[in-house]
Amino acid sequence: MSPLDFVVLIGSMLAIAAYGVWRTRGPQNLNDYVKGDPKLGWLAIGISVMATQASAITFISTPGQGYQDGLGFVQNYFGMPVALILIAAVFLPMYRKLNVFTAYEFLGRRFDTKTRLLGAFLFLLQRGLAAGITIYAPAIILSTMLGWRLDVTIILSGSLVIIYTVMGGSEAVTLTQKYQLAVIFGGMVTAFIVLLANLPPHLSLTDALVVAGGFNRMRAVDFSLDLRQRYTLWSGLLGGFFLSLSYFGTDQSQVQRYLSGASLRESRFGLMFNAVLKIPMQFFILLLGVLVFVFYQFERPPIIFNHAAWASALAHGSPEKLRSLDLQYARVHQQKEELIRQWLAAKHRGDPKAEAEARMGAHAAFEHSESIRAEAKSSLLADGSHATTNDSDYVFITFVLDHLPHGVIGLLVAAFFAAALSSKAAELNALGATTTVDFYQHLLKREASDAHYVTASKWFTLFWGLVALAFALFASLVENLIQAVNIVGSVFYGVVLALFLVAFFVRRVGGTAIFCAALAAQTLVFVLYFSLNISYLWYNFIGCAACVLFSLLIQAALGPNSPPAEPQLVAQP
Amino acid sequence: MKLRDHTSDEEATRLPGLDTWRNVYWFVFASFILWIVLLVVLSAIFS
Repeated sequence: MSPLDFVVLIGSMLAIAAYGVWRTRGPQNLNDYVKGDPKLGWLAIGISVMATQASAITFISTPGQGYQDGLGFVQNYFGMPVALILIAAVFLPMYRKLNVFTAYEFLGRRFDTKTRLLGAFLFLLQRGLAAGITIYAPAIILSTMLGWRLDVTIILSGSLVIIYTVMGGSEAVTLTQKYQLAVIFGGMVTAFIVLLANLPPHLSLTDALVVAGGFNRMRAVDFSLDLRQRYTLWSGLLGGFFLSLSYFGTDQSQVQRYLSGASLRESRFGLMFNAVLKIPMQFFILLLGVLVFVFYQFERPPIIFNHAAWASALAHGSPEKLRSLDLQYARVHQQKEELIRQWLAAKHRGDPKAEAEARMGAHAAFEHSESIRAEAKSSLLADGSHATTNDSDYVFITFVLDHLPHGVIGLLVAAFFAAALSSKAAELNALGATTTVDFYQHLLKREASDAHYVTASKWFTLFWGLVALAFALFASLVENLIQAVNIVGSVFYGVVLALFLVAFFVRRVGGTAIFCAALAAQTLVFVLYFSLNISYLWYNFIGCAACVLFSLLIQAALGPNSPPAEPQLVAQP
Repeated sequence: MKLRDHTSDEEATRLPGLDTWRNVYWFVFASFILWIVLLVVLSAIFS
């Protein structure tokens, strides 16, 4: 990175954080600190919801997934629009009507204190874990690029977000997210344009997509019924629906974003903004990764994208073997590139036989080059390198560093950093709010001044920030980053969602039945997770269905439940 | 889905052509279906 890149990176990040703190200076009440500006319009809410979900992982790891597996990951978001419609129609009016600070307050009103605390506890557990994972992502980038120690990078990158979130609360989070998202989109669109300009001159966009399709990178929709397939239309629609319903409808980090709307109308449009734009946005990011894949068919890619791991293995592992693999990889890449050129030339002159031959040859060369890469990765792991099992997380950042002009590099790194801060801030804000409202205020100190609760909320936000930092410092990377976050979510989300679905729609189930059902269903999900080999998205559905079913059975065994204290808390068809 | 005792649910959308929330939701659902169809077509053309 050049001095210009550092100016863009540090300047934009500090300016946005400082602006957030400056605009929210002065005393705040608990409502402002937890819910934010009470006059927020739909666009600000929509941006805040989008920025909370789109972490640094989204912009680092998703292009890498596009590079490695193609467009298929977009199916993960197919359940989201319908889920957001249901939340806007049923969940949101109820939350606003009750004027709750947290989603779990609603559970307390509908069921009882123990169910409220269980919902809040499951949220703190899974979001606390995810917070550690998401703070890890920008630290990897910065440590790889700048050659900093990973622990120092985690502490530095986490400190800024902790400072402005603790000081400004929800209002600062929403304010900064607006500008952070502008930096993110500015960076990603610039990268897309520069990437298109860097493709070989003879290669049209259609040719690029043909090449991507030839290597199975353009299959966006997979109709397979195989449950072991991680991303299919069906797992996306069903599993993605439950994941989205749970995340957007019951996860405090999201609920807090849209509770702050000036009216029900503004909050609903904020959600609909995301329902319409999320799939195209994810498609665009994945397509970026697919085009990076095409770019590297004409430009020799590194055999291992994690430069630091490669350099370390060369210095301390088996350098002769690795250099030999690197040479083989370069040779096969050259053959593959030539075959791809022949394939496109045959296509342009209308020679299907030659086209098929060259395409098959290119495919075989690709398989060969992938086997060499796999061998190199195995060597790195065998040598005890700190390389992750998934090198695709480093693909996009390597492309950015090696092929984008100075200034744009700084902008892209700022975009990754902005994404990390925006989602992290919302998470910390929600963790602090839930601990304060659902535990501290409800169990420990019921009658205190507003200022006291704001101070408590600041301390709890700081506490969760430090927990996330500690988790990130000791966590080792498992699989692809974005998948790791989603897996953690899927293990817990189904049961949390069931608490809310039963609350909204099943009048006859009471607090004791749903509480026992949730414990049993969560245990079942843990057992299945460690014993089955199915797509993690299904656990959202399994956890939810099991909890609903168990609650009905347990309630039947317990006998009729007395009607809810507030009958209006149950929706009716 | 109608919520019991819930007057604010009737808040106007103030959008020409999409004057009820039901219409807004149908519009969002239609845009979602359109995206899936486009992605299926894209997959069919280039895979």
